[in-house]
Amino acid sequence: MDINTFIAQFLSGLSTAMLLFLISSGLTLIFGVVNVLNFAHGSFYLLGTYFAYQLMQLFDNFWVGLLVGAVGAGIVGMIIEFLFLRRIYGRAQEGAFQLLMTFAFILILDDVVKFIWGTEYKTIPKPASLVGSLNIGSVTVPTYNIFIIIVGLLVVLFAWYFLTKTDTGKTVRASSLDRIMLGLLGTNVPMIMTLVFGVATAMGGLAGVLAAPLRTVTPGAGVEFIIDSMIVVVIGGFGNFWGALLGALIIGEVLSFGILWMPELATVLTFIVMIIVLIVKPEGLLAKRAVGRK
Amino acid sequence: MKKIKDYLPWIVYFVFFLGIVVVNPGTHYIHLVARVIIFSLYAVAFNLLYGTTGLVSFGHALFYGVGAYITGMLVKATSPEFFLLYILLGAVGAAFVSFFIGLLTLRLTGIYFTMLTLAFAQLVWGLTFKLYHFTGGDDGIQAIAKPALLSGGVTKYYLFSFVVVTICIYILWRIRRSPFGTVLNSIRQNPQRITFLGLNVYKNQLKAFVISAFFAGIAGGLYAGLDGSIHPDMLHWPTSGNAILMATIGGMGTFFGPVVGAGILTGLEEIVGKYTEYWSFYIGLVVLIVVLLFPNGVLGIKRLGGSKNNEEKETEVACNSGN
Repeated sequence: MDINTFIAQFLSGLSTAMLLFLISSGLTLIFGVVNVLNFAHGSFYLLGTYFAYQLMQLFDNFWVGLLVGAVGAGIVGMIIEFLFLRRIYGRAQEGAFQLLMTFAFILILDDVVKFIWGTEYKTIPKPASLVGSLNIGSVTVPTYNIFIIIVGLLVVLFAWYFLTKTDTGKTVRASSLDRIMLGLLGTNVPMIMTLVFGVATAMGGLAGVLAAPLRTVTPGAGVEFIIDSMIVVVIGGFGNFWGALLGALIIGEVLSFGILWMPELATVLTFIVMIIVLIVKPEGLLAKRAVGRK
Repeated sequence: MKKIKDYLPWIVYFVFFLGIVVVNPGTHYIHLVARVIIFSLYAVAFNLLYGTTGLVSFGHALFYGVGAYITGMLVKATSPEFFLLYILLGAVGAAFVSFFIGLLTLRLTGIYFTMLTLAFAQLVWGLTFKLYHFTGGDDGIQAIAKPALLSGGVTKYYLFSFVVVTICIYILWRIRRSPFGTVLNSIRQNPQRITFLGLNVYKNQLKAFVISAFFAGIAGGLYAGLDGSIHPDMLHWPTSGNAILMATIGGMGTFFGPVVGAGILTGLEEIVGKYTEYWSFYIGLVVLIVVLLFPNGVLGIKRLGGSKNNEEKETEVACNSGN
């Protein structure tokens, strides 16, 4: 492989990685703060896509779609957390019930999408300003991929600033460490959890809109992406924000280069990476404590 | 101290599943009940792991599918005369696979165990798609012949499935009531204490994992014969999810709960499917209601009214202290 192909493939992997990061960082935030493994996260990705599609039918503007897709998915997420998930926190065998409840929401939301928008393929075109490609040295890269990478980096920067520099960010981190103590100090912890759920699902919705021009929009799209994001979260370490970034980079590049070398087995490769990580370091690459081990 | 109450579920079981043949409501419904009984075995086998041992496996479709594929491929490769033997071989295959997967996955607990079982199942599902020449890819395997004795009319195959499933469920019932079953139940309630008692938690969990996979494999093999066709969806994660759904809807704390759950889930798909193609929406609603209002499942409802027995209290203590 010559260096140009390598760079092109690397950048393509990087844009996949950024999309994966947007979804999996939401997943990992929810797990860290709310202590829920949200299997239905892919459905919010899906909702984001379809909200954007609907808005673009009305206004024909990608940026409005992007905003509404993300905000809409976040609002639905907050409603679901507030009305349903909240009721099973702290129950015996909570893990199984979380799995079931979020599984129920996959069934419900995916069918609602089918009901409203139908099963046929939809397309969301790239915004006119991002069509075409850029030349970096002798490598040609689609402008839209660069745009996704930039958005991803902006989210990383913003999240870093929010979580480490602002008071609200510190409260969010505190609630992942000791919910009871934080509550005793006078913080409205349930509200923080609802907000975090909303922000995380909004990021899922944002990823859904961003990915739409690159893939076809179908009701099954959420499920395809969610499995890869689960793998990212597991590799990086549950609840670990920076772990999600590292995991997304690994899986994005594995997918990108895997398709080049072993087109047959690219999707299987990600599972193999996950299995290796779980056997060698079950708590994930960036987790500090040894959790989940016997 | 054998009370008639202990055998009541068995009586209901026989009356329902044999009564359906006597009533004979037509081929379509016999086929439906055949699916119920096969799913029952799958769910009861799964519940040995889930409700009894407290291990939430999200990859049980793997063993169900491996049983089905081995049975289907053997029938295709040779003749359908030894169908029963092939089902057994499928189950042995599933148990064999589960032994190695169990060795690795049972080192982890909680959500990590769940994710790793999911990963293995999805890995095999992915491979099934790609290895087109070996597994038939997304076409699956079609036209799996049945032996002469069982072909012609779905009732024959239903009775055959009924006999096989009943024997298996009886064995599982005995396992659940054996000292080994008690150990598994205690592992769910308090694994530390089991260790202090000098028992090996890991080994017993592994045994439960392999036994559960074996019987899930039999269920898969039976399903391969029912329609004569299998497809990779049997290995996909919604099939694993269905096992959890059936066990929870019926009542994971009871032995026969998963049978009821299998009936409810299959019945719902059938009834709702007649009126609308959006049946999974309604399944989702039912699951939501069960999780919110009847966490003990249909067979567990009666316990809500009465005072909690010691077992449930202990469970709560064990589960809460872990987190």
